[in-house]
Amino acid sequence: MKEELVEKYFRPGRLPHLWCPGCGHGIITGAIVQAIDQEGWSKDDVAIISGIGCSSRASGYLDFNTANTLHGRALPIASGLKMANPKLHVIVVSGDGDCTAIGGNHLIHAARRNIDLTLVVFNNSIYGMTGGQYSPMTPVGSKATTAPYMTIEEDFDLPSLAQAAGATYTARATTYHTQLLIDVIKKGMEHKGFSLIEAVSACPTNFGRQNKMGAPALMMDWQRQHGVPLAAWNKMTEEQRAGKFPIGVLSERTDRKEYTEAYDEVIARAQAAL
Amino acid sequence: MSLKLITKRCKGCGICTFFCPKKVLVITELNKAAIAEGKENDCIKCGQCEMRCPDYAIFVEKEA
Repeated sequence: MKEELVEKYFRPGRLPHLWCPGCGHGIITGAIVQAIDQEGWSKDDVAIISGIGCSSRASGYLDFNTANTLHGRALPIASGLKMANPKLHVIVVSGDGDCTAIGGNHLIHAARRNIDLTLVVFNNSIYGMTGGQYSPMTPVGSKATTAPYMTIEEDFDLPSLAQAAGATYTARATTYHTQLLIDVIKKGMEHKGFSLIEAVSACPTNFGRQNKMGAPALMMDWQRQHGVPLAAWNKMTEEQRAGKFPIGVLSERTDRKEYTEAYDEVIARAQAAL
Repeated sequence: MSLKLITKRCKGCGICTFFCPKKVLVITELNKAAIAEGKENDCIKCGQCEMRCPDYAIFVEKEA
């Protein structure tokens, strides 16, 4: 990220941030900033809402309207904010545990309502802040503090989950594919309706170390080897797909009504009935 | 030299040294990124380090 953008969008005196050496969260936060900058939005028109966890510290560093809220409850608070002021660009930052475990129910219902929020999920595959417990997005067969003999639970395919729940835009990118990450976040912010972007991050301290993935740079190289652009993914056989994941814009639809617009119609109907 | 390093922010994770195609960067004994000796003029300004630095500690500067 360019130095001017750090100076423009970060709160002064807050850097260095608290994320561990090699943590990908700084890159994702930078991607969000760059996407907002490309949109040219005023800082006053943007709100960043986060829950609890490593990822959720991002809101504290950024100089927008921000709120660091309750564990898993960033989406309901962001929904309320959007309902109160539909003109605001509301971006929600959440982690894999915050979003899919503690806030799993909020996620599916925000997606079902198709409310115009942009949710960026920082997926580091683990609960980093609390010491490396496995989350619903820890890949099956991984080691974690709470799974010393490896996890036996299948992990969520988050974009597919959100898509099935009703999200009208889903995408995935990694911290290695930084430019793609900026592009899919930007498209998600432009999309009218609920958008979910899964940003694959690396936790060298609590996931990488337990699973012997090596240095932070090697974990990023792992993302390069395993993230497959959607066009190439569609041509792959099931055997070739094993262990890999598609990246890019995975689904986009415009046939569902956005929630705040639908609610405006409710207000109009109620007023007409008076 | 076209690289600007903010040593205070650097945590020495080694992502920039790994992805630098010209191997311009090294991690010093103090666990900070630095420009390797004799490589001061080798930077091709590809911007990979700037793009992937998680700590906003390295920037490719425009030359006047």
